[in-house]
Amino acid sequence: MAFMTDILPSRINVTAGLREGAAPDASAPPLIEIRSLSLFYGAAQALKNIALTIPERLVTAFIGPSGCGKSTLLRCLNRMNDLIDNVRIEGRTLIGGHDIYGPEVDVIELRKRVGMVFQKSNPFPKSIYENIAYGLRLHGTNDRRQLDEVVEQSLHGAALWDEVKDRLHSSALGLSGGQQQRLCIARAIAIRPEIILMDEPASALDPIATAKIEDLIQELKKEFTIVIVTHNMQQAARISDYTAFFYIGELIEYGPTNRIFTNPANKQTEDYVTGRFG
Amino acid sequence: MGLHRGHHARPLEWVAEKCILGVSLTAILMVFLIFLFVTREALPIFFGRMNSAAALTAIPVEQMDRLKPEELRLYLGLSPREFAAMDRDTRKSLMEVKAEAAANVSNDKDVQINTISWRYLLFPYQWSGYDRPVYIWQPVSDIHKFNIIPLLIGSLKVTLVALLFSVPFGLAAAIYVSQLAPPRLKEWIKPTIEMLAGIPSVVLGFFALIVMASFFQSVLHFGSRLNTLVAGMALGLAALPVIFSIAEDALTSVPYAYTQAALALGSSRWQAAWQIVLPAAVPGVFAAVVLGFGRAIGETMIVLMASGNASLMGWSLFDSTRTITATIAAELSETVFGGQHYRLLFMLGALLFAVTFLANLVADLVIHRLKNRLEGNR
Amino acid sequence: MNAAPRLASPPPPRHFRAQAFDFPSFFFTGLTGLATFLILAILGVILGNVILNGWPAISWRFVTGGTHSDMFDVNKAGIMPMIVGTSARVILMTLFVIPVGVITAIYLTEYARTSSPLTRIIRGAVNNLAGVPSIVFGLFGLGFFISFVGGNLDALFRPANAEPLWGKPAILWASMTLAVMTLPVVIVATEEALRAIPPGLREASLALGATKLQTIVRIVVPNALPGIMTGGILAVSRAAGEVAPLLFTGAAYFMADLPKALTDQFMDLGYHVFVLSTQSPDIEKTRPILYGTVLVLLVLTFSLNLVAILVRARLRRQMRAAR
Repeated sequence: MAFMTDILPSRINVTAGLREGAAPDASAPPLIEIRSLSLFYGAAQALKNIALTIPERLVTAFIGPSGCGKSTLLRCLNRMNDLIDNVRIEGRTLIGGHDIYGPEVDVIELRKRVGMVFQKSNPFPKSIYENIAYGLRLHGTNDRRQLDEVVEQSLHGAALWDEVKDRLHSSALGLSGGQQQRLCIARAIAIRPEIILMDEPASALDPIATAKIEDLIQELKKEFTIVIVTHNMQQAARISDYTAFFYIGELIEYGPTNRIFTNPANKQTEDYVTGRFG
Repeated sequence: MGLHRGHHARPLEWVAEKCILGVSLTAILMVFLIFLFVTREALPIFFGRMNSAAALTAIPVEQMDRLKPEELRLYLGLSPREFAAMDRDTRKSLMEVKAEAAANVSNDKDVQINTISWRYLLFPYQWSGYDRPVYIWQPVSDIHKFNIIPLLIGSLKVTLVALLFSVPFGLAAAIYVSQLAPPRLKEWIKPTIEMLAGIPSVVLGFFALIVMASFFQSVLHFGSRLNTLVAGMALGLAALPVIFSIAEDALTSVPYAYTQAALALGSSRWQAAWQIVLPAAVPGVFAAVVLGFGRAIGETMIVLMASGNASLMGWSLFDSTRTITATIAAELSETVFGGQHYRLLFMLGALLFAVTFLANLVADLVIHRLKNRLEGNR
Repeated sequence: MNAAPRLASPPPPRHFRAQAFDFPSFFFTGLTGLATFLILAILGVILGNVILNGWPAISWRFVTGGTHSDMFDVNKAGIMPMIVGTSARVILMTLFVIPVGVITAIYLTEYARTSSPLTRIIRGAVNNLAGVPSIVFGLFGLGFFISFVGGNLDALFRPANAEPLWGKPAILWASMTLAVMTLPVVIVATEEALRAIPPGLREASLALGATKLQTIVRIVVPNALPGIMTGGILAVSRAAGEVAPLLFTGAAYFMADLPKALTDQFMDLGYHVFVLSTQSPDIEKTRPILYGTVLVLLVLTFSLNLVAILVRARLRRQMRAAR
């Protein structure tokens, strides 16, 4: 039943994956492999034969107009679509070489390894400390000192420590929108996932808070593989290494961000990134 | 390829989910059990397998030992406890007493009639001592008279009076509160009227008995101080919050856009409410009335205390009356456990359950269709 | 060139003064308003009458004394046994109704698929329970709890021909009957509380690797507690005033002692009002006691209702702030 603990590359060396800048590396090992994935809500098909590989420790962005299926695809990667009735999935999704929809897979374990940050920040109505400790307590850690250490590390990792270190036990709901979102990121990284999925994390935030999140993502990719869905093309151009463009449930084009934005192969891609529709 | 939800991985989850489901079935189980246990007692009457003729009760004393204990107990009219406490000699002397009493009534022409058969439950009959066929509910007499029509009419009378008061007032108040009242007023009127729902029915019955009856007696000089009208009005007070709440909800759920459109065309608030909103809310208002009816017909304490409890037959509002609910409440403790009167009261209960079940079903379906329509389905 | 379409005659001069007094609207608005205030007036009359007549009867002795001597005697009657009886049966009821109601609401909100026939049947059953007449619950209590369950308990555990212990009216059966009766109240209130919790919280918890059960236990239910409490308080308030279901299941006209065991009968505030109203030898002398009892009963049910409404209002304000 223990699925990913022995499959994924062990995390001995945190700084080994350090890469400077967003220079795409064509030989980056793929971590996530999507093969011919199709998704149906009842009779309606939302995703059509998606084939995609997502490299490790880089930022991959999914872009496209509303309703094109990018969020749906993102949610396939941590099986959050399981929560919807009438969903049917065909094709294979491999993470670390193993089909995450296989019969022996434990969804709970999967979600420990593939974290998610949502569009609308959703901190629990608990203290800042308890929000981050929640995931750790779930998975068995109850020792006070361990919790303290991980909470501090996670808040550092989310660039939030300085702002909240004096009020760890006050309610998380008292934070600003941007701070709440960074708290949600801290909460997600506290349980040390390999992959972080972000579903339009900054769309509800003002430009300053957005900039902070974008900087944070650049830092996070040193340790985590990040897949981000965004409707803001400029954001994708700024922060991602690879970009995938979707349109009405199909993957139109995928490649290094530089190329997608400066020299797209597909006419539809070009129309979208130059703003002719969307 | 389907989705596996990891049941193999987490047996505790699966067990917990099945337990939660199990507990949730309690509601269905309870409705079923209520139906089962209330009708179970009534089945012998329903199938015509009981016989309450006065003459039938003369079982010769010599045959006492041939009867099964339960049959003997019912024949003697004893509760299980009393029966168990008696020895054989006592039972024998009781049988002799019964045989004597039966001999005394054997002159009456009605002695052979099975008064609990359906014909006598529902249709009028000319009993000895009466000059024409009548409907009579008189269980406690030598010849048991079990006609249930006076009770049905009593229940219907009182319920109709209640609706006559509560529907106009409830609807008018619902229209006012939901469409016409200024918002500040609305905020405290609604919970205050719903406070009326918080008054226990025994208090309403008390109020009807002690205050209302005397008041109306001094003003209108009825023949009986406790009568259908008084009970009906108090019952109306009990049904009013139900009708008001549901009708007000229905009126408020009509999209404000309709009202705005009407106002923009120059109609007054009243015209918008009467011509646009109310017609759109008709299903909800209908459901409100049906549920008010269910509440009124099923109410016990008010009618028990304020209706006079005389099972007179007739449609006059100024007579005392007896409803199904009051009959059950007043007479059940006097009956022999398992006997005819006992079972007949259970049958009345089953009838009441069926009526309110149907009323609820109708109201539910109507509200369900209304919700679907408002949400744009179908 | 398009000319503006010509009207048959020039449009009337516009002004915005009212053309005529709109009598019908005024009349009907006034009529419905009158109806509303009449209802409020009746409520006021009832409450006023009870308070005016009941207040003089309230005394320390009245509320804490028993009825050992004469319960129709103004100077000696007390209602403590009734207060104890009512409170005991209502507390016992909550032990049954809250777990079952909350779990059912959890199933309906968190696990059930909205379109499945089973879900619709459960909801239908809950709605129907809410509409069953109270006297039918009394019959159910007698026919099922006392005769069937109690009778079988006696048959299994007591020697034959002994006095029935379980198979007779008792506070246990009265409480369970009331629990079935107030089940819909708890289920509806709990469902409302559960649905008020934003789905984002559940998603966040699941995305962190919590199981559905863990999410429900650690996040959903703790945040729904105020709403669950509201449901419990409303159920208690409703049950405290009911009399019809108690008539055959355990309310007693007179008990020398307070109920001590689950199988004892009990005295009850509402039932006492009924008894005093209909079976008092001299209604004029009994009036003060009667009004006093009614006042106590009303104070009890109204304050419970008020607490429930306040808790629910505070809960709604909190939920709105958290969004």
